Amino acid sequence: MPLETKLNIADPDGFYQELIDSQRDMEEADAELMNCKLVLLLANHIGDRDILREALKHAGGRIG
Amino acid sequence: MLKTYQYPKFGYTPSDEQASGRIRRHQVVVIGAGPIGLTAALDCAYRGLEAVVLDDNDTVSIGSRAVCYAKRPLEVWDRLNCGERMVDKGVGWKLGRVFFRDRESYRFDLLPEPDHKMPAMINLQQYYLEEYMIAEIAKQKTIELRWKHKLISLKQADDHVVLTVETPSGIFTMEADWVIACDGANSDVRKMVNAEFTGRFFQDRFLIVDVVMKAEFPAERWFWFDPPFHRHQSALLHKQADDVWRLDFQLGWDADPVEEKKPEKVIPRVRAMLGDDREFELEWASIYQFACRRIDNFRYGRVLFAGDAAHQVSPFGARGANTGVQDIDNLAWKLKLVVDGVAPIGLLDTYNEERAFAADDNLLNSSRSTDFITPKSPTSRRYRDAVLELAESHDFARPLVNSGRLSTPTPYVHSSLNTPDMAPFHGRMVPGTNCDDAPVTIAGKPGWFLNAIGDGFVVLTFGAAPSREVAFGKVKARVISVGDDLIDVKGTLAARYDARPGTTYLIRPDQHVAARWRSFDPTTIERALARAIAA
Ligand SMILES: Cc1cc2nc3c(=O)[nH]c(=O)nc-3n(C[C@H](O)[C@H](O)[C@H](O)COP(=O)(O)OP(=O)(O)OC[C@H]3O[C@@H](n4cnc5c(N)ncnc54)[C@H](O)[C@@H]3O)c2cc1C
Repeated sequence: MPLETKLNIADPDGFYQELIDSQRDMEEADAELMNCKLVLLLANHIGDRDILREALKHAGGRIG
Repeated sequence: MLKTYQYPKFGYTPSDEQASGRIRRHQVVVIGAGPIGLTAALDCAYRGLEAVVLDDNDTVSIGSRAVCYAKRPLEVWDRLNCGERMVDKGVGWKLGRVFFRDRESYRFDLLPEPDHKMPAMINLQQYYLEEYMIAEIAKQKTIELRWKHKLISLKQADDHVVLTVETPSGIFTMEADWVIACDGANSDVRKMVNAEFTGRFFQDRFLIVDVVMKAEFPAERWFWFDPPFHRHQSALLHKQADDVWRLDFQLGWDADPVEEKKPEKVIPRVRAMLGDDREFELEWASIYQFACRRIDNFRYGRVLFAGDAAHQVSPFGARGANTGVQDIDNLAWKLKLVVDGVAPIGLLDTYNEERAFAADDNLLNSSRSTDFITPKSPTSRRYRDAVLELAESHDFARPLVNSGRLSTPTPYVHSSLNTPDMAPFHGRMVPGTNCDDAPVTIAGKPGWFLNAIGDGFVVLTFGAAPSREVAFGKVKARVISVGDDLIDVKGTLAARYDARPGTTYLIRPDQHVAARWRSFDPTTIERALARAIAA
């Protein structure tokens, strides 16, 4: 299964708001730490290394 | 300093060949009497090669340096008759705890598998390790250990090597059929043969301190990320023998290596870690920085590199000496067969093939640990911290915490000496893997499987042995029958080797699996034996 690049989230506006709200009153450093935790949690949920690698590429990361 | 250990001084003895000025040709000359050179000398003696060891110093490792030794090197030292003494003196441990700031992030148990003679890991000061090997060498007639002998130049001739050596009596020349270069990370020999030594160099400094103290702390490995007593850096506490404790403080690249080693700088750091009322004495302190690099080829003609001279790793995960010992385990039997003219010289190139592969695996592990412990950017530090915070409550994050992965042998799964499986097998014993130990009885006496093999090629067969020996040319493999020659008392051997009646393994002299089958067929075994010596 390739990386899903079409919309897969119900109520996209609602999700986006939830994401932004979850960090609204945070210090910048705390929000960055939270982002890292979020990436790790989601990565573990996906699990599939090929999809994760594809996501790294789509995000503009460099793949060895 | 060094309140618990008296350094032995090994006297300089002028050699006859230097006194007489008559050049002698030696079978093997080992350069360096660190843990790897000493192991090399013992393994040469074990295999039946004569060795002279040259060391520019006259004592054991100054300060402890290496602390942790893993099962496989202990098994090698056991084959060389030093392992039991090391285990008796060493401190066994199996629990590691990782702290982040002021909280415990998680703990791990090495969970050593039962029914192995050697423990998963022991801690022992490097000077004891060396001392025990030197004591063993003294019993060997075929090893000559020469202190205060510094190699100053080396030239390769067609069929030998010419060595220029400096001693307190002056300079003289020796010749060697073969040289094993174990002269450490700053190897002179490497420069003498113009070898490349490349990799990554880490811009960080660490303070290592050994202290003597009476403490009721358990024998566990404690590792801190960003602890309150040493902010923004890492720290480590680990027990050694004789109430000596290893403390390790990450200092960062800007730290002044000379200043930081002074007791007035060291003591406050130690106090901060141990608490104000803990009584301790400093035994040894040193600053190190590290690199992860390896030589481009482990073999340069008649010069064979091993240990830190061939590869340098960061200390996280305790790999340096552990992997160096396995270099020698791999090399000595091959060298013996080549010297005897019963295996082609190409067998020595498989030393590079197999051990460079293992070195790359070690370097990879050690670079990964280093990247976790000393993040290179604010973002990578944030990821690191996120992992550590998640680890406390989230199972999945725990395996991501990397405070050093403990050293385990690298199976030579792609080695050209292996014969690939023809039948399906379960378990760990794939060709190229070091053999698992198991309790056995031999002639009614309890013993260990690994103690029953290792002196040459072995054909291990479960059930009756159709013959006592298989040979290829002059290379012989002794047949051991499980059920006759040794009894698999608990069934552990059969379980670990996924054995059924008739299952047969070809095992190399370094106790690695070369091939395995479901039945005993002399012709097939012979072919695998030929392949295992690169014939
Ligand atoms: C802080 C620290 C912690 C460590 N912890 C561990 C650990 O827990 N476990 C582990 O396995 N490893 C550990 N290591 C690594 C381990 O100490 C080394 O890998 C090991 O000492 C390498 O052994 P060696 O024999 O290859 O080299 P060395 O021990 O460096 O010995 C080289 C020898 O060669 C001699 N020599 C050099 N040049 C010449 C010359 N020209 N002529 C004659 N002789 C010469 C030197 O005097 C020396 O005796 C640690 C290292 C450090 C610094």
